[in-house]
Amino acid sequence: MTTNVTSEVRASYAYKTATNRLGLWLFLLSDSFVFGGLLVSRFYLLGNTRPHLDQTLGLIVTAMLLVSSFFMNRAETAIAHGDEKTFLRGTLITLVLGVAFLLGVVGVEWRLAPFGPADDVVGAVFYMMTGMHAFHVLTGVIFLGIVYRNGRKGLYSAEKHWQVEAAAVYWHFVDVVWIFFYPALYLIGTVAG
Amino acid sequence: MSATKRVNIFSLSLVRGIVFQILGTLVGIGVVTLIRLLMGLPAWKAEPAGVFGAFLGVLFFLVGAGTIRDWYKMALGEPVSDHHAADPEQPGWAKYFNISYDHKVIGIQYGVTSVVVMLLAGSFALIFRAELARAGLQLIELDMFNTLVGLHGIVMIASILLGVGAMSNYLVPLLIGASDMAFPRLNAFAYWVNVPGALLVVSSLFLGGFDTGWTGYPPLSARAPLGMQMFFLGVYFIGLSSILGSLNLIVTVIRMRAPGMSYFRMPIFVWAAVATSIIGLTATQLIGLSFQMVMFQRLFGMGFFDPAKGGNVILFQHLFWFYSHPAVYVFILPGLGIISELLPVFVRKPLFGYKWIAMSSLGIALVGFFVWAHHMFTAGMEEYLRVPFMYSTLLVAVPTGVKFFSWVGTMWRGRMSFETPMLFTLGAVSIFLLGGLTGPPNATVATDLHLQDSYWIVGHFHATMFGGFVFPWFAAIYYWFPKFTGKMYNEKLGKLHFWLMFPAFYLMSLGQMRVGLLGMRRRIADYDPALGFDNTQTLVTIAGYVIAFSVLLFLFNLVRSIRSGEVAVANPWNSRSPEFQLPSPIPEHNYAEHPFVVVGEPYDYGLADAEYVRFGAASEPAAAD
Repeated sequence: MTTNVTSEVRASYAYKTATNRLGLWLFLLSDSFVFGGLLVSRFYLLGNTRPHLDQTLGLIVTAMLLVSSFFMNRAETAIAHGDEKTFLRGTLITLVLGVAFLLGVVGVEWRLAPFGPADDVVGAVFYMMTGMHAFHVLTGVIFLGIVYRNGRKGLYSAEKHWQVEAAAVYWHFVDVVWIFFYPALYLIGTVAG
Repeated sequence: MSATKRVNIFSLSLVRGIVFQILGTLVGIGVVTLIRLLMGLPAWKAEPAGVFGAFLGVLFFLVGAGTIRDWYKMALGEPVSDHHAADPEQPGWAKYFNISYDHKVIGIQYGVTSVVVMLLAGSFALIFRAELARAGLQLIELDMFNTLVGLHGIVMIASILLGVGAMSNYLVPLLIGASDMAFPRLNAFAYWVNVPGALLVVSSLFLGGFDTGWTGYPPLSARAPLGMQMFFLGVYFIGLSSILGSLNLIVTVIRMRAPGMSYFRMPIFVWAAVATSIIGLTATQLIGLSFQMVMFQRLFGMGFFDPAKGGNVILFQHLFWFYSHPAVYVFILPGLGIISELLPVFVRKPLFGYKWIAMSSLGIALVGFFVWAHHMFTAGMEEYLRVPFMYSTLLVAVPTGVKFFSWVGTMWRGRMSFETPMLFTLGAVSIFLLGGLTGPPNATVATDLHLQDSYWIVGHFHATMFGGFVFPWFAAIYYWFPKFTGKMYNEKLGKLHFWLMFPAFYLMSLGQMRVGLLGMRRRIADYDPALGFDNTQTLVTIAGYVIAFSVLLFLFNLVRSIRSGEVAVANPWNSRSPEFQLPSPIPEHNYAEHPFVVVGEPYDYGLADAEYVRFGAASEPAAAD
């Protein structure tokens, strides 16, 4: 694959970006083991039962996160074509939806839930899973904030926008995790008594 | 170095980091206490204040040492440089106490930290082994004994992980002809996060200790003193280092190889390092998660492992061993790679079955993911899991057997010479065989029910660690010492080190197995003299002290050789590997002035006209694979 690469090629932005990309995907592979471990713990401890949660709220926050990924993809495609305006708008919408998701889960769902983290193991699993995911959403939001700021300063171009790509891929990853967590917490099994 | 060069001690990253860590700890304690005060709770509660303080202390260390300065600049879109040149105003040693992006400096940082930490962990063992030399309690209290046993385990593990980091960081870029690792900043970060992590683990000694042993099983760990939390948090950060280092290494090997170096022309150690990194990258997350869950159970009352709240303690063991069993392959695979790397050089024959060796490293790593529950045969887990895990565990013997077959095949009718690195390599093969053969009785359910938690396990484990890590680690240090320092070590002292350590180790390990079979439990401070193995226990203790003495001899040898040793030639072992074609010590930018292409097989020792690397113009096209 890289057996005949010269040092000039190695120093190029494209080669470094491809190296960064590999690093990012390996990081996501590693991170997915955390979420995998949480899913395993959930089924080991709760089996075929699930926490008693507000279904409407769950549906709303899930929809917001999925829609945000659409706008993130739009933003990334736009900057790859040199369209800064669409890129900035897409990033901002993603950021707002991400914050709304956080408020929905941590601000509302955590208050509405009829159990606390210390009550029983159902609560422990629920708060651990949503908390770990929310932490990742929060870091993604911070990342998006940095990208938005640098984008407004005109630091990205159609050729050089690795930070945008990284933020986008990370955002999609956080989204994909929720696609597994949402059914595991809201849909599968019967409500735990 | 001239006497005029002075260092302001507060300009060193290490010192700044530690000052910041103390500051951060105080801030964290203050914040928690203030919040509790504002919430109208009793202001002082040691556990949340201590844990948050410790956590903030680590973050402060990383900021204070300057590990994230460049990332901050990058986030702001400012330019950064990949290479920090050493400050010419400071003496040469200062760069080892500062942030450096040079993989060779980081490799030495890892290595020296590993040895320092190993001395610490070893001295813990010397204390509790002295206690065990005779029946009855003579020296230490029971709680202290438990804490020392646990600390010996976990601090040694930290030392081994650091040693693995040293070998892969220093050697892999040199072996594949790269100028550095793929992500130099991440590399420095991955090293430095170990320092506050290790400080936390050791601080547990002064915060009530912990009586669970290094495995930290709940429910005991859920109610152990505050030291338990420091243990969990410290290991968490050391694990983070392992994950990031592994990521960096895999990317480096895939992206940074020299022209012509196809995957099957890489030096064999690189394969071992990659196999190790696959485990480190993925499985480490699970021990982090399991420790985090116990920490949260203690902090927030989350009942994961509390049966009264519907939790289940067996889950912890599943998560914990999903990492901690593959982790022993993280410890041994690099060492086995060193054996395969060094044998052909001292036998002057090609490595037997290169591709099989490469694949067996990956095979061990892969099978290692499916064996964890063999640690839990007596834990009360589902019984139907026992037999599948027995078979998967026994399967590990297949790729390991491939390695032994290759080593014997390599040595067969070779022209062996017995310099210190070779002695340690042969010692490693012999001891690892002992460790390997004592494994299947533990993997087999019927025998394990008897052997579980006995001193037999301690003997088996130490044989695998000495054969798989300690002996190859010393072999590697002696072998590459001229490349690190430009000096030669003292051969006589090196051989003395080996001839003290090797028999002492056998005595220790076999003695441990014997008392185990006769009924000695592990992690127990006292035993009944009627069991009749007092004298064996004394011998084990004496052997432990001989090993400690031989390590001191090793340190003396290295320090003296650095100061006044012979100047080393470029290639003292007549090795074919590219790093030995460079001057000793290695130039700062590796192959920048000596580019090479790979034109042949790495281990064709003894074959006429066989060429591996050809130095010259970098752009020269490589031979077709």
